[in-house]
Amino acid sequence: MDIIFNGKAREIQDGTCIQELLDQMQLDCMQLVVEHNNVIIPRQRLAETPLNNGDALEVIHFVGGG
Amino acid sequence: MDELIIAGRSFNSRLMVGTGKFASNEAMVAAMEGSGSEIVTVALRRVDVDNPQDSLLNHIDPKRYLLLPNTSGARNAEEAIRLARIARAAGCEPWIKLEVTPDPYYLLPDPIETLKAAEILVKEGFIVLPYINADPVLAKHMQEVGTATVMPLGAPIGTNKGLRTRDNIAIIIEQAIVPVVVDAGLGAPSHAAEAMEMGADAVLVNTALAVARNPGAMGAAFKKGVEAGREAYLAGLGKQQDKAEASSPLTGFLRS
Repeated sequence: MDIIFNGKAREIQDGTCIQELLDQMQLDCMQLVVEHNNVIIPRQRLAETPLNNGDALEVIHFVGGG
Repeated sequence: MDELIIAGRSFNSRLMVGTGKFASNEAMVAAMEGSGSEIVTVALRRVDVDNPQDSLLNHIDPKRYLLLPNTSGARNAEEAIRLARIARAAGCEPWIKLEVTPDPYYLLPDPIETLKAAEILVKEGFIVLPYINADPVLAKHMQEVGTATVMPLGAPIGTNKGLRTRDNIAIIIEQAIVPVVVDAGLGAPSHAAEAMEMGADAVLVNTALAVARNPGAMGAAFKKGVEAGREAYLAGLGKQQDKAEASSPLTGFLRS
């Protein structure tokens, strides 16, 4: 299935949850925040939130800024 | 002890620093350490999965620095509120440097959208530090909706021009019931000292440190500028006047 990951289309395996996707991409959930279809998903719920075809995921982290 | 108090929290340093635009994390850390700052700003952006980078948070000790996330990149109240909520979800304390800058050329803050966002974020329990133009009436409105500070700009972000808004900042300071933090445009320690001499409670500096040949040393230079300005303000500066007034006695020897 296809999702929109940080604004770009991305093909992922059916039945993947958010935590699994982050793990596959080697992203540390402790250092980022995930918005799933514009809703912030608390870290403890990443593993129980499944992804569906067409979902939008925003994965945000801190960068330098003034 | 002359402490800066924002929303009931005390700080020994009156210099806040931004973490943007540094050539390396090492340079950023040097500037933070040299400045003696206790509050550092950070931004929120999408993770770049094609160019994985070392996390910024690995370089900022949360025991030593209060992390102040900003809402940079927001073009309206809705986007700023979204960024503030993301910052809180990241595990930060609910402090937010609110900035709404729809115009990418001058990056001037949108007063109407900033005020709208401030009101909502205060109600949601955020400690809001809004970046505003140096408009005394707007500063009053911000304080009325419950912001923890006001952060008027000296000059547009990153311009290093100093206190171009000096007269309006003086009015904001005179009328403020919350700390006034002069933010943006301060390019030299003398600019920071000038703001502090006027009675600003703190200043925020980023570009001047990030672009310095030696960011650590520039951080230390700004620290001295801020401290000198603050001490002069507390000591009481003399009034300016047009007519000369001799420092040495004019009587007693050559004249009678």
